[in-house]
Amino acid sequence: MKFNEEQLTEFNRLVARYPEGKQKSALLPVLHLAQDSFGGWLSAEAMDYVAELLQLNPIEVYEVATFYSMYNLKPVGKYMFEVCQTGPCMLNGSDDIIAYIGEKLGIKPGETTSDGLFTLKTVECLGACGYAPMMQMGKTYREHLTKAKVDAIIEDCRKNATIHN
Amino acid sequence: MSKKLLLEKAHVEGIRYYDVYRREGGYRSVEKALKTMGPEAIVEEVKKSGLRGRGGAGFPAGMKWSFIAKPEGVPRHLVCNADESEPGTFKDRYLMEFIPHLLIEGLIVSSFALGSNDTYIYIRGEYAWIVDILEQAIEEAKQNGFLGKNILGIGFDCNIHVQRGAGAYICGEETALIESLEGKRGNPRIKPPFPAVQGLWMRPTVVNNVETLAAVVPIINMGGEEYAKIGVGRSTGTKLISACGNINKPGVYEIDMTISVEEFIYSDEYCGGIPNGKKLKACIPGGSSVPILPANLLLKTAKGKTRYMNYESLSDGGFATGTMMGSGGFIVLDEDQCVVRHTLSLARFYRHESCGQCSPCREGTGWMEKILKNIEYGHGKLSDIDLLWDIQRKIEGNTICPLGDAAAWPVAAAIRHFRDEFEWHVLHPEEAQKRNYGLAHYADPIHVPVTA
Ligand SMILES: Cc1cc2nc3c(=O)[nH]c(=O)nc-3n(C[C@H](O)[C@H](O)[C@H](O)COP(=O)(O)O)c2cc1C
Ligand code: SF4
Ligand code: FES
Repeated sequence: MKFNEEQLTEFNRLVARYPEGKQKSALLPVLHLAQDSFGGWLSAEAMDYVAELLQLNPIEVYEVATFYSMYNLKPVGKYMFEVCQTGPCMLNGSDDIIAYIGEKLGIKPGETTSDGLFTLKTVECLGACGYAPMMQMGKTYREHLTKAKVDAIIEDCRKNATIHN
Repeated sequence: MSKKLLLEKAHVEGIRYYDVYRREGGYRSVEKALKTMGPEAIVEEVKKSGLRGRGGAGFPAGMKWSFIAKPEGVPRHLVCNADESEPGTFKDRYLMEFIPHLLIEGLIVSSFALGSNDTYIYIRGEYAWIVDILEQAIEEAKQNGFLGKNILGIGFDCNIHVQRGAGAYICGEETALIESLEGKRGNPRIKPPFPAVQGLWMRPTVVNNVETLAAVVPIINMGGEEYAKIGVGRSTGTKLISACGNINKPGVYEIDMTISVEEFIYSDEYCGGIPNGKKLKACIPGGSSVPILPANLLLKTAKGKTRYMNYESLSDGGFATGTMMGSGGFIVLDEDQCVVRHTLSLARFYRHESCGQCSPCREGTGWMEKILKNIEYGHGKLSDIDLLWDIQRKIEGNTICPLGDAAAWPVAAAIRHFRDEFEWHVLHPEEAQKRNYGLAHYADPIHVPVTA
């Protein structure tokens, strides 16, 4: 488990933003990079590698990785649906959307489908309250969700997955 | 039409890019500030403008800037708080997405005023695509000589770096944000020392909200005194409001702070009223931590006066009958919404986001969620309502950071104004599973005692 050339370039760019000796500051962005580079989650091996690169004790990395909700400490599906369930989204029907996705995929929040394609997760406010109900999918937001929109998104993911396999 | 200072150009085609932004008058404030004003003069203008922090607390920005310590030979830092995680709030995102150069411009002037050669934007991790937008804007500004070494030939160097968070509301609190920026868990620090003395890497640091720093641009362009003429009283300038919940036109609006709450909700220029002809039941006007008000107290103060969208009017009546401007996250509930359920959802949010350092917050938020869950799902007791009240009282003011208060206030206000809805849930557990309490009397005119 190592960064490739391109990932190392990005690593160096991240560390260079901070003063000499303050490379620990790059920990959050570097963990994002590691998660994106090593299959969408942070294994102990990945965290140890990050510790080594930043010259930190592994525990300094573990305690950060466990604090923030965006780091996955278990494998996740190829597509992760992170649906917001906080008040403002709830006022616009997020509960129904969560139930619908769960039903459609046959999983409960926190679970991954057996084919490893989808993970459903409920999350708290993502700063899209005016465009509710909504979910985060990787680097993007899907907003104004309806059942039809959810159907189309799932369909799209399935199609992409077969193309890329 | 109210005056727009921040978003006026947000919809000009291509404004996200430097050339268009510059053509529309962008970066004038950098030229003016760096070439014709010194750092002290900039701080003076911001003081004169009366600009109050737009992140939630409303602390005067110029005053905060004047507190920054200047020990010899120690670098200072400006940090832009783009963590934006308070439920109901999505205004900073809008500004950064549509008109990113406005923030960069404000950051350059502010960095110059504070003597920050390395300025950081700490942005919530979920706004991943906005990081790209900001980094592109920074690159363009650098290409055009507004960032980097020796800006405009006056010998000032400045770089702006964008740092992503990773999902933690608490990192919006300024000392937690600093810890996170240092690569640690987002545990708030005990103050003092304040960031202005020992902040990022123990260096003097100013943390300001995105909107606050963007507002520096019109302040420098028009002068602090002119800026202060917009608005009313100590609510100067314009404010971004992100409106959501049960309204016809959710979105981000720039208001000058002289319009009434009623106009904001019902006029077509803003929220456009409540969908499906329903009635207004309640509203949380400043992000999830500020007190919820029933319709009648929202539109009029307890003294029967019209309530306006500004700092003073929204807080008129204190916590007994008023609320707060907060971050401008305006959440509207229509007559079919359940206040108990909504409060439960917010309680769950705060339990989830507590960093766990102080026991009143860590234990209290979990306990409140559990009791609210019981009430909502028909297993509550009447004594639970008093217990909730008691718990929130014991959290408030007894914690390291204000997240404790932020968790306590929504519960307190819900009980204060909607106690009969809570009681109805407890006394009619089965019915409460099937229907909501409804509008009840929450929109009835308030009785104003006649004073002699
Ligand atoms: C729990 C908590 C969360 C906060 N979240 C934010 C936030 O997301 N954005 C923000 O600008 N300020 C937030 N604040 C306020 C900051 O601590 C700080 O007051 C603010 O960034 C100062 O900037 P301003 O004076 O320009 O408003 C939060 C405060 C607390 C206690
Ligand atoms: S009040 Fe809550 S969030 Fe703030 S420091 Fe204490 S435990 Fe952490
Ligand atoms: S409540 Fe869902 S995005 Fe804010």
